[in-house]
Amino acid sequence: MLRRRVIPCLDVADGRVVKGTRFVDLVDEGDPPTLAARYAAEGADELVYLDISAAPEGRATLLEIVERTARQVFIPLTVGGGVRSVDEMRAVLRAGADKVSLNTAAVAEPSLIRECAAVFGSQAVVVAIDARRVTRNDPLDPTLATVGWEVVVRGGREATGLDAIAWAHEAVGLGAGELLVTSIDRDGTQAGFDTELLRTIATSIRVPIVASGGAAGPDDFIAAVRDGGADAVLAASIFHRRIHAIADVKTAMAAAGIPVRLVEPVAA
Amino acid sequence: MTAVRVAVVDHGAGNLVSIGQALAAVGAEVRIAATPSELDGADMLVLPGVGAAAPAMARLTERELVGPVRRWIADDRPFLGICLGLQLLFDGSDEDGATTLRIVPGRTTVLEEAPTLPHIGWNQVVRRRDHPLFDGIPDGADFYFVHSFAGRPAPAASDWVLAETTHGGTFVSAVARGRRLGVQFHPERSGADGLRLLANAVRLAAGHREEGDGPAPAAGSVPVLAG
Repeated sequence: MLRRRVIPCLDVADGRVVKGTRFVDLVDEGDPPTLAARYAAEGADELVYLDISAAPEGRATLLEIVERTARQVFIPLTVGGGVRSVDEMRAVLRAGADKVSLNTAAVAEPSLIRECAAVFGSQAVVVAIDARRVTRNDPLDPTLATVGWEVVVRGGREATGLDAIAWAHEAVGLGAGELLVTSIDRDGTQAGFDTELLRTIATSIRVPIVASGGAAGPDDFIAAVRDGGADAVLAASIFHRRIHAIADVKTAMAAAGIPVRLVEPVAA
Repeated sequence: MTAVRVAVVDHGAGNLVSIGQALAAVGAEVRIAATPSELDGADMLVLPGVGAAAPAMARLTERELVGPVRRWIADDRPFLGICLGLQLLFDGSDEDGATTLRIVPGRTTVLEEAPTLPHIGWNQVVRRRDHPLFDGIPDGADFYFVHSFAGRPAPAASDWVLAETTHGGTFVSAVARGRRLGVQFHPERSGADGLRLLANAVRLAAGHREEGDGPAPAAGSVPVLAG
């Protein structure tokens, strides 16, 4: 049976893992490949590097880090953040990544998804959707309001007016092999995943959905799968800060009847 | 004993970095082979890849590798096909109608009953018989998959079936016959058990070389990816 995946996300800036609410209050957390190897040993099913380098030279540094990681960590690696073209995606894959996640650039130029899928295959193309909850008034009855989600870009700082559910369908139609769905409202808040958002997408789309944004503890991972229909669950700070170990999260998921891959601890 | 020389066939699709580094990690000497002469002197051939069959076959044809690769496999020399590299062993693919290497009777078909597609993630590989490829690996161990299609051996080819995996329906996830091995999952991305499986494949190739029926040592220089 296919296992539900637990995926630690490492925010990488200029060659170092940083933590913080995406773009502010960054704290140096160490060498990415070292942390990646630790997570792999602890039972991570995949890894995500999100490049948030401010300086252009951060890009070259990132490729060097991907290469070093691929040399010593033998689980899948996805790289996201700032990939804007087929050539940039090729460079990241050549360095040793298995998948690339497209976000802002895909919103600006949706055909990028199709081009990348045509060259590298859908399995290598993840589309990351940052969604913010919006309440729309019913035009016919002002006492009624409907809940929806809007796509935001640039780390949540810029609204696009795009409906997140419609965008999810369009992205899959263009060739996305997987969707990484982040609730910007929940991201960094530890208030739990937006399971309603996840479920709305997961029930209408066949590609795997990765849940992101809001994890505080094992119960949230269970809810993302059970209530949200997520195929995989991504988290950053609770793992970096060692609030919860990956193994503990997976043990709790297994106890709740969710199929997960349990890894025997490596002898010290 | 010198390291087992593994030629990884470059047909333009796939993450050659991962497979190269995983094979190097289990002690193999890895070279990337994009021309027939780069197969010379190899002890084992790995056909990797992800994606669709037609572009990969077109690239193999363009590089004049179809004949040498088919001959290698027909001669029962140590071979490991991974993901697309396994699918290419069959007669053809429904994904794009490509005619493939026609070693194993059967076709590559879509995972029709899959609840999610592509089939991405870790799933159990359940053996149908014992084989040294899985030495030291528990039956039902998890391996990492990324695919939407899988080879379906014809009834006449049922002796190729080594292991199966279920995602909605059940499909063949490993094949073996003689020295020819194939896996639908990615051992290079399957953690410790994946490395163990690659080490087993390399060890089997070394065993064949020790028996004295391996190929002659290579002449010429070929690029070594990692060491």
